[in-house]
Amino acid sequence: MKGPFDFTLGLADDALVAAQRLAEWSTRAPEMEEDIALSNIALDQLGAARLLLTYAGELEGAGRDEDALAFGRDDREFRNCLLVELPNGDFAVTMAKLLLLSAYQLPLYTALAACADERLAAIGGKARKESAYHLDHSSLWVKRLGDGTEESHRRMQAAVDEMWPYTHELFAADPAAPVDPATLRPDFDAVVSAVLDEATLTRPETTWAPAGGRDGVHTEHLSFLLAEMQVLHRAHPGARW
Amino acid sequence: MNSQAHSPLWEVFVRARRGLSHTHVGSLHAPDAELALRNARDLYTRRQEGVSIWVVPASAITASSPDEKDAFFDPAADKVYRHPTFYEVPDGVAHL
Amino acid sequence: MYGNDFSAEDTAGGGLLGEVEAAEAALREAAARGRRGAPGPDQDLAAYFAEVVEADQKIEPRDWMPEAYRKTLIRQIAQHAHSEIIGMQPEGNWISRAPSLKRKAILLAKVQDEAGHGLYLYAAAETLGISRDELVDMLLNGRQKYSSIFNYPTLTWADVGAIGWLVDGAAIVNQVPLCRCSYGPYARAMIRVCKEESFHQRQGYEILHTLAHGTPGQKAMAQDAVNRWWYPSLAMFGPPDTDSTHSAQSMAWKIKRFSNDELRQRFVDMCVGQAEVLGVTIPDPALRWNDERQSYDYTQPDYDELMRVIKGEGPCNRQRMEHRRRAHAEGAWVRDAATAYAAKQAAKREKVAA
Repeated sequence: MKGPFDFTLGLADDALVAAQRLAEWSTRAPEMEEDIALSNIALDQLGAARLLLTYAGELEGAGRDEDALAFGRDDREFRNCLLVELPNGDFAVTMAKLLLLSAYQLPLYTALAACADERLAAIGGKARKESAYHLDHSSLWVKRLGDGTEESHRRMQAAVDEMWPYTHELFAADPAAPVDPATLRPDFDAVVSAVLDEATLTRPETTWAPAGGRDGVHTEHLSFLLAEMQVLHRAHPGARW
Repeated sequence: MNSQAHSPLWEVFVRARRGLSHTHVGSLHAPDAELALRNARDLYTRRQEGVSIWVVPASAITASSPDEKDAFFDPAADKVYRHPTFYEVPDGVAHL
Repeated sequence: MYGNDFSAEDTAGGGLLGEVEAAEAALREAAARGRRGAPGPDQDLAAYFAEVVEADQKIEPRDWMPEAYRKTLIRQIAQHAHSEIIGMQPEGNWISRAPSLKRKAILLAKVQDEAGHGLYLYAAAETLGISRDELVDMLLNGRQKYSSIFNYPTLTWADVGAIGWLVDGAAIVNQVPLCRCSYGPYARAMIRVCKEESFHQRQGYEILHTLAHGTPGQKAMAQDAVNRWWYPSLAMFGPPDTDSTHSAQSMAWKIKRFSNDELRQRFVDMCVGQAEVLGVTIPDPALRWNDERQSYDYTQPDYDELMRVIKGEGPCNRQRMEHRRRAHAEGAWVRDAATAYAAKQAAKREKVAA
């Protein structure tokens, strides 16, 4: 069983790693308007990550602030799900990742907003509005790519097939947590299925369910992501920025 | 494919605060109305929330010709949306 | 907290932001003053245009204007828009490695703002009868330029600070007078851009200030960045007045309000005091106060270098263009998909309506 620190850290790391990936799109998006939209979403995730990391640091009680937690831990100490650390791929992969992530974060933050922990409730209340926007944005694009051209349909279906197995980890039961992720699955399935149907896409049938992120056992990608993110901070121990 | 003909221009109108009318703030490109509305939110309301946005296809706007300006506008001098102006972003809402 | 008290002289509201507000007020005041309608049927259009400009009123999109005025504006606004878009790259280079989460958020927001500024400016150019796609094509095939400053690399984190302080600072000095440009859509776009830019300069100054008061390693990083960005920033104001080709006509049309050298001097005068507060040294041994001129004497940037960079031989010209072309090309299938989807939806609606 995990305590509130691990739970909060998991949410924080999801948001932080998602922000780091989304920000990679800056100056590279398919259209300039979309560059701005992706940065907005990255900023939302980063904002949530900072609040959650700060709170996690307080729960831990070891004097670590948001930066100590973000820049001072190795990949084995990160608690994010695998989905967010996977590379961006093409725009279809990024939209598939964002659809799945936001369809999970929205009911999660919504439930959190009503939980007994006041700090988590406040963070959930703020973040759920942002998640609703992320879900809206990704749904819009998944529909356009799924039901756009032959090429976009092929890419979008491939992206969904590639990302789908990573959703199972999101809903691993944790009855002691402020919100048990297992309870969020029906909501997630309903939302995602509706979007995929409208986008003329199918849900892949697979039994493969990679996991381990919540225990610090990640894909090979996370270590590279952190090496880049942490390089400057770690090169100047104790410096203020 | 040339996206030019297919990503039309949209004019964006924003209600900055309750009690004010929608004001023309600028334009943008988007393939359809849904995306135009989302893009408008991201482009023209980055620094504040709780606003109402209209997007209108630029091609749907009929403008008077400059030659008729006096006769056309003198009786209706209060149509401010004909004089597009960027609305003000409140200071201190920036990211610092 | 650092950004507003830079001006060498007192102006309405104080500082550059005050000047932006003054320009905005002047715009409203001019609009209210003479509700000048269209020219009469027998009036000379060119004389009428000159009169509007002379009266400090704004030329609007559907007004008659000299073809050369229109072409000059398109070129200038487009180059400005391209500069915002290409200018995202040098700073964007540090988003993934920003040394704190707060700095990461600020930098991401700043680079995002630049994309927004590019779009405001493309929209202003479009009111002159040219499409954004045409403008983007001209950038991608090299027929239109962007500011040469973005062809220099960002080698350390301190470069992000130096860009904010010096490059954005120079840009603001250049842009504030454009808030009074005779072409309405450009003036209004610039007012909005300048207001948002003040945050950019502030964040850059704050980064450098923190570094310059940090560890020896951080101090060295800050000074090194200032050393590398100082002269390229001076070159941002363009060639000296004696060699500037477009200036006189643009001044007459009130597109441009001050000469390159006037603006450059103004920038130098502003920077000296700011550098002292920062605790960094401006890399110019000849820099000294001239009591007679009430300005600083300074060493001119290397204009031969500027010409080489404009010609395409700066350190990063090829890299910046390649990056932009790749993003555009790799996004083509996404834009096509959105277009195809919109067409399908429109066809569906027509079918329902029929």
